[in-house]
Amino acid sequence: MISQDISTVLPEITLAIYAMVALLGAVYTKKDGLAGLILWSTAGVFTLVALWIATMAPGTQTAFNGMFNDDAFARFAKVMILLSAAAVLVMGQDYMQKRDLLRFEYPILVTLAVIGMMMMVSAGDLMALYMGLELQSLALYVVASLHRDSVRSTEAGLKYFVLGALSSGLLLYGASLTYGFAGTTLFSGILSTVHEGHVSLGLLFGLVFIVAGLAFKVSAAPFHMWTPDVYEGSPTPVTAFFATAPKVAAMGLFARVLHDAFGGATADWSQIIALLSVVSMFLGAVAAIGQTNIKRLMAFSSIAHMGFALMGLAAGTVYGVQAMLVYIAIYVTMNIGTFAFILSLEKDGKAVTDIAALNQYSKAEPMRALAMLVLLFSLAGVPPMLGFFGKFYVLQAAVNAGMSWLAVAGVIASVIGAFYYLRIVYFMYFGEESDGLDKPGSFVLNAGLVASAVIMLAGIVNLFGIEPIAEAAAQALVN
Amino acid sequence: MEKIILFAPLVGALIGGFGWRIIGEKGAQYLTTGLLFLAAILSWIVFLGFDGETRLIEIMTWIQSGTLDTSWSIRLDRLTAIMLIVVTSVSSLVHLYSFGYMAHDENFDDAKGESYRARFFAYLSFFTFTMLMLVTSDNLVQMFFGWEGVGVASYLLIGFYYKKPSANAAAMKAFVVNRVGDFGFALGIFGLFYMTGSINFDEVFTAAPDLAHQNISFLWTEWNAANLLAFLLFVGAMGKSAQFFLHTWLPDAMEGPTPVSALIHAATMVTAGVFLVVRMSPLMEFAPGATTIIVYVGAITAFFAATVGLVQNDIKRVIAYSTCSQLGYMFVAAGVGVYSAAMFHLFTHAFFKAMLFLGAGSVIHAMHHEQDMRNYGGLRKKIPLTYWAMMIGTLAITGVGIPLTYYGFAGFLSKDAIIESAWGAHTSAGNFAFWMLVIAAFMTSFYSWRLMFLTFFGKPRGNPHTHDHAHESPVVMLIPLGALALGAIFAGMIWLKPFFGDHDTVNKFYGVPVHEVATDDHGAAAAVFEVDAGHTTDVAATDDHGAATEHAAGWTPGSGAVYTHPDNHVLDNAHHAPTWVKVSPFFAMLGGLLLALWMYIWNPTLPARLANAQPYLYRFLLNKWYVDEIYDFLFVKPSQALGRFLWKRGDQQTIDGALNGLALGIIPFFTRLAGRAQSGYIFTYAFWMVIGVLVLMTWLTISGGAE
Repeated sequence: MISQDISTVLPEITLAIYAMVALLGAVYTKKDGLAGLILWSTAGVFTLVALWIATMAPGTQTAFNGMFNDDAFARFAKVMILLSAAAVLVMGQDYMQKRDLLRFEYPILVTLAVIGMMMMVSAGDLMALYMGLELQSLALYVVASLHRDSVRSTEAGLKYFVLGALSSGLLLYGASLTYGFAGTTLFSGILSTVHEGHVSLGLLFGLVFIVAGLAFKVSAAPFHMWTPDVYEGSPTPVTAFFATAPKVAAMGLFARVLHDAFGGATADWSQIIALLSVVSMFLGAVAAIGQTNIKRLMAFSSIAHMGFALMGLAAGTVYGVQAMLVYIAIYVTMNIGTFAFILSLEKDGKAVTDIAALNQYSKAEPMRALAMLVLLFSLAGVPPMLGFFGKFYVLQAAVNAGMSWLAVAGVIASVIGAFYYLRIVYFMYFGEESDGLDKPGSFVLNAGLVASAVIMLAGIVNLFGIEPIAEAAAQALVN
Repeated sequence: MEKIILFAPLVGALIGGFGWRIIGEKGAQYLTTGLLFLAAILSWIVFLGFDGETRLIEIMTWIQSGTLDTSWSIRLDRLTAIMLIVVTSVSSLVHLYSFGYMAHDENFDDAKGESYRARFFAYLSFFTFTMLMLVTSDNLVQMFFGWEGVGVASYLLIGFYYKKPSANAAAMKAFVVNRVGDFGFALGIFGLFYMTGSINFDEVFTAAPDLAHQNISFLWTEWNAANLLAFLLFVGAMGKSAQFFLHTWLPDAMEGPTPVSALIHAATMVTAGVFLVVRMSPLMEFAPGATTIIVYVGAITAFFAATVGLVQNDIKRVIAYSTCSQLGYMFVAAGVGVYSAAMFHLFTHAFFKAMLFLGAGSVIHAMHHEQDMRNYGGLRKKIPLTYWAMMIGTLAITGVGIPLTYYGFAGFLSKDAIIESAWGAHTSAGNFAFWMLVIAAFMTSFYSWRLMFLTFFGKPRGNPHTHDHAHESPVVMLIPLGALALGAIFAGMIWLKPFFGDHDTVNKFYGVPVHEVATDDHGAAAAVFEVDAGHTTDVAATDDHGAATEHAAGWTPGSGAVYTHPDNHVLDNAHHAPTWVKVSPFFAMLGGLLLALWMYIWNPTLPARLANAQPYLYRFLLNKWYVDEIYDFLFVKPSQALGRFLWKRGDQQTIDGALNGLALGIIPFFTRLAGRAQSGYIFTYAFWMVIGVLVLMTWLTISGGAE
């Protein structure tokens, strides 16, 4: 029995052993001198594990008496988490090295966070959920304040930690309420108590607290406040990491809790999620207009995008989950490209985050400007870029679920949101002449940017075949 | 062969239009003209060798959607064959003529490198292709495709002188007025598809007799299906063929180059409406209400256009109104049920009207683009060949011939056929039409001869300089005139029998299957006709009726090119019309000629005095019955006002204003608000999170999620 459990969680155990070996190895040898090597090897391990998970036999296994699920949904999310984490690690190396931030703890902390995320999307029990969540969060708190000498980075880490603690408290409170009214922490047990359609008020309150805790992790409004400050204060590679893998994990966990544990109360939670979705979409769109710092802008952009992803979730259907997964996959790809671009913005060796610095960028770097233009159009959801199809998917899911008002609101919000994306395009192509930025050197960053832009254009053919995989994943989750 | 006829003009248009920079302007002209002549020769081969059997030549599957299953194919029957030769012959001659006419054009500047010739020829060829699409169609949607295609080509060619505002306005007017008709046509197609489940002619025709017993709800009223659908199709025909109410675009269309007027606005496109009515004869035969309307509209148009033509001074406008009037004749024939007579007049009219236009073009060319007849005069000596061509055309249109025989110019035979048919209808509509058409014939003669006398006789008027430089047109412009002259003289005499002989000949010509039993009576029926068409006895008429009934009973709608109802004896009645009916158009013509002679040769001051004596009548006619002004008041002004209202108030103030207010006022306000909320203090952030939880819980509680 135990051997079967172990074999089910083997990828996570492998990663954990790798993290500990790397930690010990670095501590007892050259420490930061090995950071570059560890970073690349971590990225390599992530990729290998992702391939391993992707090629696993289909089907559903549970381990540890149902506390850990290994199904198509978990595997889909894990592959996304691992690949995006690997990409972000590799992209950030150059930046960290230049600023003397490349500590050997960084890749190891990221590995631990990733293990937490994998735990989150596989969770089958409130305990397992909390364990994964905290493993992830604690690693992220540290990573956020990696730049110890910077006040902003420290502030970001501290803010994230304090607010994260508050959200954990909310979540734990919800979990205890749920346990109190359901009598079990197992998702399947909770599901069986609400299955008759009778949801007690206590259980619903538990649900609301859990949703609030999770909404903090996906930075859905009004639990989003930490996002802009943390995004701005953290070193840019860390910001890029925050914007990608944890979002996948948190959305995955969100979907898992709502469908696995509260699948019988769809009508109840779908309106809460819809509310969060609308507020996030509008707040993300409206607040981003005032931003001049591109990292803060991306923070609001991710808030708005999470609003759209939540729209898929709010539909409460298989198709909705599928749309959410496709949306998140597209979102992560776009963000990797965008952060590759942001990471390469330098002037006299210093990182630049002011949008106005992009004036006339197209003259200096026509190819990169064009790639960025494609990404920005895609972020704004302009056809025929992939970003449009992602939005289309979730809108369709909402309409199919009879929530046309939500879809209409989403369209309006995306129109407002288009403004600030297109403003960057305006600066790049029609802005006033200003001092040029440094020539970007890193091959990895250029490759990331261009590859992401090409995917946005080429993906319209068949979305690289992720549709059926996402559908299988969604079906595994919703039953 | 039929496919070559259809696609040769398209190939010419595409290569000439898009590839003339490679093959040169001359190359494009030669290519399009050469392909058109090829198509014309093949069309004549098809026409002369055609046995009357309907054939379908499939090109490809076109639309397959639900129960709508339509292939793109050529329906080759007698009607198509007639239209093929009309379209390709006139088109090829007009192509040739345009070599000379378009050689120099003051509207374009060759020095500045403005090339227009290749474009013109490509448009002409494109028009020909779409017209062929229209006439060869095997279903209503394909026909509609060609119908709209000729509309586009007409639009492009009317507005060919795009630097002239009047040309652009005329092009738009033609397009918009045609849209009204096309709306009716489209409704008719929808209705037929709704009722019969098909748009293929074969199926629609087979279902036509049933439609006569069915009702259809339209505009909150129950209508007889056959009548309503036939009427809607006729509305489309009215637009295309410039019938009264929808005729206003045709005179304005004269803004286009004259070869265009000859091809599109005289010989081919405007007859598409007549073609449509004749093509739909199996439906029309079961729609007595609709055909009555057709007769009235046709007769009124013939009369109205002729009255307006009396006083116009622009040479092309006179001919334009004359076209309008002649189209009215054709509709009367189709309306009373003698479809072959309508086709006969369409056929002969194409020749002599194209010739009149091309002749007028030759005059205009000689007079350096002067079109006002008051500035002509005495041109007989200067341009003799053009004069003779115009003379033949005038003789043909006015209907000169020897009464009670079959010798005469083309128009004599075909027009008389229509007038006799109108009388033969023996209905009040038919009688009305008969008198209208006879009066119109009188006026036709008058304005045609007026045109001749003002242009070619008398003393030169207007700019003497222009008269001094008047010269005969180049030979490429005269050859088409000659060719059309042959048609104008002989077309009537050669093809009278097939078009308007006794019904056996006509049926055979149109490929209508003849019933076995009926052939026995054939000799008797034919004999009656051949002895003397004017000779009428009750006995003969009765015999004929009996024969007709048996003939018609032997076949179903759609098996021949045209269909006549078993009870439709108009053709026979027309043959047995009394002598006074048969000679009346001749005397009307003679009267018109004499009046014109008196007013413009013998006593040239008379017209001015007459105009002064009857100022109201004169202005009424000169202003075309004020139809344009009425439409301007009723439709144009209100729609302009509505457009201005929606633009200024609706778009600029309401929509733009609201959006600008939203984008520049409200959204930035929220942006500032969101910025202020983002204070940077942890306690604010925590506060918002708590607020969020509260809101969610309250929402869930109030919305009744929890019991």
